[in-house]
Amino acid sequence: MIIEIGHFALILALIASVVQSVFPVWGALKNDQRMMAVAPPLANAQFVLVLISFAALTHAYLTSDFSVLNVIENSHSDKPLIYKFSGVWGNHEGSILLWVLILVLFGALVAAFSRNLPTQLRAATLGAQGWVSFAFLIFVVFTSNPFLRVAPAPMEGRDLNPMLQDIGLAIHPPLLYVGYVGFSIVFSFAIAALLIGRIDAAWARWVRPWVLVSWIFLTLGIAMGSYWAYYELGWGGWWFWDPVENASFMPWLTGTALLHSAIVMEKRDALKVWTIFLALLTFSLSLLGTFLVRSGVLTSVHAFAVDPARGLFILGILMVFVGGSLTLFAWRAPLLKTGGLFAPVSREGALVLNNLFLTTATAAVFFGTLYPLALEAFTGEKISVGPPFFNLTFGPLMIPVLLMMPFGQLLAWKRGDAWGVTQRLTGAFFVTLVATCLLAWFMGGTGILAALGFGVSFWVIFGSVWEIVDRVKPRKVGLKKAWSRFVGLPKTVYATSLGHLGIGLTALGIVTVSAFETETVLTMQTGQTQQVSGYSMTYDRTWDQRGPNFVERVAQFTLRQDGNVAATMMPSKRVYNVSGQPMTEAALYTSGFSQVYISIGDNMDDGSLVTRVYYKPLITLIWIGTLVMSLGGFIALIDRKLHVGAPQPARKAVKRPVAATPAE
Amino acid sequence: MTRKQRRLTLIGLAGVVLATAAGLVLYALNDQIVFFQSPSDIAENQIPAGERIRLGGLVKDGSVVQGDNAQVSFIVTDEVETVAVSYTGLLPDLFREGQGIVAEGYIDPNGVFQADQVLAKHDENYIPKEVKQALEDSGHWMEEEQGAASYGSSKSY
Repeated sequence: MIIEIGHFALILALIASVVQSVFPVWGALKNDQRMMAVAPPLANAQFVLVLISFAALTHAYLTSDFSVLNVIENSHSDKPLIYKFSGVWGNHEGSILLWVLILVLFGALVAAFSRNLPTQLRAATLGAQGWVSFAFLIFVVFTSNPFLRVAPAPMEGRDLNPMLQDIGLAIHPPLLYVGYVGFSIVFSFAIAALLIGRIDAAWARWVRPWVLVSWIFLTLGIAMGSYWAYYELGWGGWWFWDPVENASFMPWLTGTALLHSAIVMEKRDALKVWTIFLALLTFSLSLLGTFLVRSGVLTSVHAFAVDPARGLFILGILMVFVGGSLTLFAWRAPLLKTGGLFAPVSREGALVLNNLFLTTATAAVFFGTLYPLALEAFTGEKISVGPPFFNLTFGPLMIPVLLMMPFGQLLAWKRGDAWGVTQRLTGAFFVTLVATCLLAWFMGGTGILAALGFGVSFWVIFGSVWEIVDRVKPRKVGLKKAWSRFVGLPKTVYATSLGHLGIGLTALGIVTVSAFETETVLTMQTGQTQQVSGYSMTYDRTWDQRGPNFVERVAQFTLRQDGNVAATMMPSKRVYNVSGQPMTEAALYTSGFSQVYISIGDNMDDGSLVTRVYYKPLITLIWIGTLVMSLGGFIALIDRKLHVGAPQPARKAVKRPVAATPAE
Repeated sequence: MTRKQRRLTLIGLAGVVLATAAGLVLYALNDQIVFFQSPSDIAENQIPAGERIRLGGLVKDGSVVQGDNAQVSFIVTDEVETVAVSYTGLLPDLFREGQGIVAEGYIDPNGVFQADQVLAKHDENYIPKEVKQALEDSGHWMEEEQGAASYGSSKSY
């Protein structure tokens, strides 16, 4: 019964989305208040209906209702409760339902937080949002229905793919989807602006909070996915340039560009056409990601089911939305008036450069991701475009961005003083030099590339916080005064500094791991001790034990540093009862920012154990950096000038004197 | 600086960045991509020793030999031709005889494929797409295996 209610609610939501797609937009174009007024209640209704539907499916999972096909295929009564819950989206149908749930949640949030928006813009935005939810609800109801029943119901289910039975499944997809789907709001805002022809600094002010929220969650979602792959796959890799990863990375790159260009639009009323284009592009890339991941074009752990009908359907959605929005853009964008002037050397100029490099890098990633697919489709030739390609194309394009980052932060709006900024950064430069030498010495000498990598990373790290140092001047004014100055700094200064600092930390982690990680493969006998990167590692014993839905062989290692026990590490190898699928669980030991990573293989004939040990110096900085970035985004979001949907007159924002416009 | 000059500067700069990116992409395409080959392709094409390729096929039954220090050798076959493979390290969880795999590496002067990466991905029933295609090409693809590999066919109950 509950299942049928869920199914029925989903169909009602579909009907609501049809109404929402038509009347609000129509009303906005005709300036008809009554038609526009239906948008917010419909958006709320859709959210409630899809929530009911999602709750019904969750109920079926939690109670192991094996009369539901989706539950049979992806669950088992022995599965721990947390995986029964997260298993709801550990399959194609459920994951798309989660996608839709977040989509309509955003619709309801826009309805709730947009009371101060011009009615036309609000209605048209919700209308465009209705198109997106209509497309995906149709997709769920007709090709990916999670509520199909089976009679007679089997006694047991087939269990969830063991690789997904991890806390990562509870965290990574929801975060990532909030990011992906959040950009649909930005997309709808752009469509609405094009439809009603109102694009100005105020528009950017309304849209920026949504860009920030989406960007924060996308950042966290990608980082969580990376850490999950790192500890779960047992190869110790944290980024594979796999098409599935690129699919989420491309909207992140254009989303980051959008984040910056929207600032220019808000503050200076410039780059309007470009910002709208980025808004459309970012969501288009999110859709492309959904297509690549869900259609079965790529074989990966993310592509749950390979059903050509679904792939074609998503391809259809992709083509309609990308084609339609670009056509609308080509038609309406030329009507926009160009905004404020600025000199090439200025804050705006720096942000334009940032956008130029980020979008070019996106294009390179796009090419590397889709070229093998296109080549195979047209010529049948199979190639693999792997990390070497991306390192060689993406890497060089990022270096100028990193080098320029501290300059851009300090340049004034409209017309900047390049020489003055250089002088202000002299201190950061010397600190960078010293830090680079120290780290190189600590690592025991480095090659030229690693040294340059350290230099660039430290430059970003110190350059990004230099603005704070420079404005507070602790050496000149004394600590007490400096503290009150520090507290009094505009929030945007913290936001920018933290955002850029995060990039620097991530870069430092990437450079250090790439240049200095060690990998050792050993065959070890019980009691044997091996030296690995400054640690001595003893293989103590193995034993077998039973988990809730698997059996595992656990190996115990004792890690010693200078004779003292640093850690006892227990990697294991599991075999899951239902699927019979083996899984390696790595063991991690974190010391400072570095990690020791052990994963084990099979026992050899003579009883020895194949062991793979990695030493990963500073690797956690990669993810700590993303947390710091997100924190920067969060501070920008709670900045009181950015209160969601609380617009100030655009004029004021534009004409604010330069000195009072803090660094972004 | 006038609006026109500003625009020209911007376009010029964008042109330079795009040209650099295009150059990098073309260079990387020449140098850094890896072609997929089945054992039959290798027998046919006379691939020079040392060139990086991806080799795909089934692990031949009874061919896996554990050497010293985590070295493993096995034979990859597409049921027509075979290639001897040597690999040092941990094999993936799903590696076993009869299973489809993809290995990346190069052929050494003795004709042995030296793999530095072996993939057998994700799913019990999963056969790499390239391997499936290669087996189909050589006429050794069995439909019943494919049935298990897709969820679509499981809807029949």
